[in-house]
Amino acid sequence: MAQNVSITLQNTDEGRAIAAAILSDNPAATVASMPSLTKIDCPGRLEIRRDSVETQLGRDYDLQELQLSLISLAGNVDEDDERIVIAWKN
Amino acid sequence: MTTLLKEPKAKKLGLKERYAHLTRGLGWETTYQPMSKVFPFADYEGIKIHDWDAWEDPFRLTMDAYWKYQAEKERKLYAVIDSFAQNNGQMNITDARYINAIKIFLTGVSPLEYMAHRGYAQVGRHFVGAGPRVACQMQAIDELRHAQTQIHTISHYNKFFDGLHDSRHMHDRVWYLSVPKSFFDDAASAGPFEFLTAISFSFEYVLTNLLFVPFMSGAAFNGDMATVTFGFSAQSDESRHMTLGLEIIKFMLEQDEGNVPIVQKWIDKWFWRGYRLLTIVAMMMDYMLPKRVMSWAEAWEMYFEEAGGALFKDLARYGIREPKYADVARKEKGRLSHEAWCTFYNYTHAAAFHTWVPKEEELAWLSEKYPDTFDKLYRPRFEYWQKQQEAGKRFYNNSLPQLCTVCQVPMLFTEPDDPTKICFRRAEHKGETYHFCSDGCCDIFKDEPEKYIQSWLPVHQIFQGNCGGATIPDVLAWYHLNNGVDNLDYQGSPDQQLWDAWMKDRGKAGG
Ligand SMILES: [Fe+2]
Ligand SMILES: [Fe+2]
Ligand SMILES: [Zn+2]
Repeated sequence: MAQNVSITLQNTDEGRAIAAAILSDNPAATVASMPSLTKIDCPGRLEIRRDSVETQLGRDYDLQELQLSLISLAGNVDEDDERIVIAWKN
Repeated sequence: MTTLLKEPKAKKLGLKERYAHLTRGLGWETTYQPMSKVFPFADYEGIKIHDWDAWEDPFRLTMDAYWKYQAEKERKLYAVIDSFAQNNGQMNITDARYINAIKIFLTGVSPLEYMAHRGYAQVGRHFVGAGPRVACQMQAIDELRHAQTQIHTISHYNKFFDGLHDSRHMHDRVWYLSVPKSFFDDAASAGPFEFLTAISFSFEYVLTNLLFVPFMSGAAFNGDMATVTFGFSAQSDESRHMTLGLEIIKFMLEQDEGNVPIVQKWIDKWFWRGYRLLTIVAMMMDYMLPKRVMSWAEAWEMYFEEAGGALFKDLARYGIREPKYADVARKEKGRLSHEAWCTFYNYTHAAAFHTWVPKEEELAWLSEKYPDTFDKLYRPRFEYWQKQQEAGKRFYNNSLPQLCTVCQVPMLFTEPDDPTKICFRRAEHKGETYHFCSDGCCDIFKDEPEKYIQSWLPVHQIFQGNCGGATIPDVLAWYHLNNGVDNLDYQGSPDQQLWDAWMKDRGKAGG
């Protein structure tokens, strides 16, 4: 079984939009809510897509803005202009 | 930021190219002086790097984006701090006992942020490759920001509550604060590769989630808007630091097979050092949050056993295994916070924060979260202490505890397989005997005895007459601790009196 990768976001307006984008693009993802934060786990690999976040926010979005909403993550990260991938390699 | 006219994206350089421009071609082979003199610490640890350009920063954060988003974070944070102060946010926390966790944070953690700033500035200077140098320098600036924003935020509580008035001085002197202080001094006095393994990987990637995620969520749950905001503001940088931690490990492992055993040894050492340091966090989570989010044991399972498990499976392809003594940590998870809180309950007359016997409903929560250990091993102590306290005989332990030479925690931990027996290890070095809390700490000592025989152990220093005098009041004065105000039980403390007065007024205003 693939190990979970994980991302934790603030429960802010932007954080909620990013979480919604992640959940729509990664059907295997599961959500845990704690006071003031949301933790999303997903087996093996998880993707954050710029276009999906833009749809949720209704404005242009630069993926480097993720810095403002991020609390924690687990997995190897790869980022370009269009998407951020968090994955385990095995 | 909405723009009416969309800029044509194709004209701009892609993120990967922009990052490449930032981090390639900045370094050069020196000619006036040999490289070994310019970078004197690059080789002595035995780590071999063949191609510094193989370094890739996964977030590829460029300087312009860095300044822009860090400035945005600061604006947000200071808006919250201002409104917190303006709206008397200190009155909206659940209970003034909670502030004692913040006292530990300010005296124990914030000075480490400052040390991290210094440490990353130092290694940023000493790495040969431009990629890790840029990442370390950004992190050095982040860490300075963390120290500053924490001091700023918590200074509001200092207007009302005790024990927050001289955190930097206390960090250098107070007995239990030598645990975090010596942890970081140990890392900062190692070479640059070991420093990154210690702080970026073992501490930030593997362990700090336990401090910054569930504890900060707990701060939010207890109405501490100020702390949760600086916590998450710092943590947003931390995610970047975590990727640096994982990246440095992979980079060392990929560069040369000979690096693998060195890295494994550092992972073993720094896992254990970091885990011992988190003892105090375990206690903060289980005992110091009036409203609790999750227990220490649950947090350990989520963040170490599950997340750490996935990480070490991923690193197995390089020949890296789970840290040594992770099994001991697993065995200790049902006792760690209780053993620590009981110890501080004993010694709170010499601490800059208050302790207390948990309330009835809190004892019930602990029983529920720790079904195998709490009722059998710890509840009877609290019930006994409660009775003593009601009879006017609050117990304080007037002896001085023996300390572990490596982690500097008092010898409070029990045998991995027997929670009723104190764990006690010893080693001889050049005719002297040294004492340890665990096999983990004993191994670390035996590997580098010349380093650890220099440990500044607070209890030894008191006995040697280096801490202001021979009596507890003398030592407390030397700590800059206000005897009878900052220390002792929460019951009857000025903090409690202030809080109770506020709550009474609130009742009146409510009619
Ligand atoms: Fe930090
Ligand atoms: Fe950090
Ligand atoms: Zn120890």
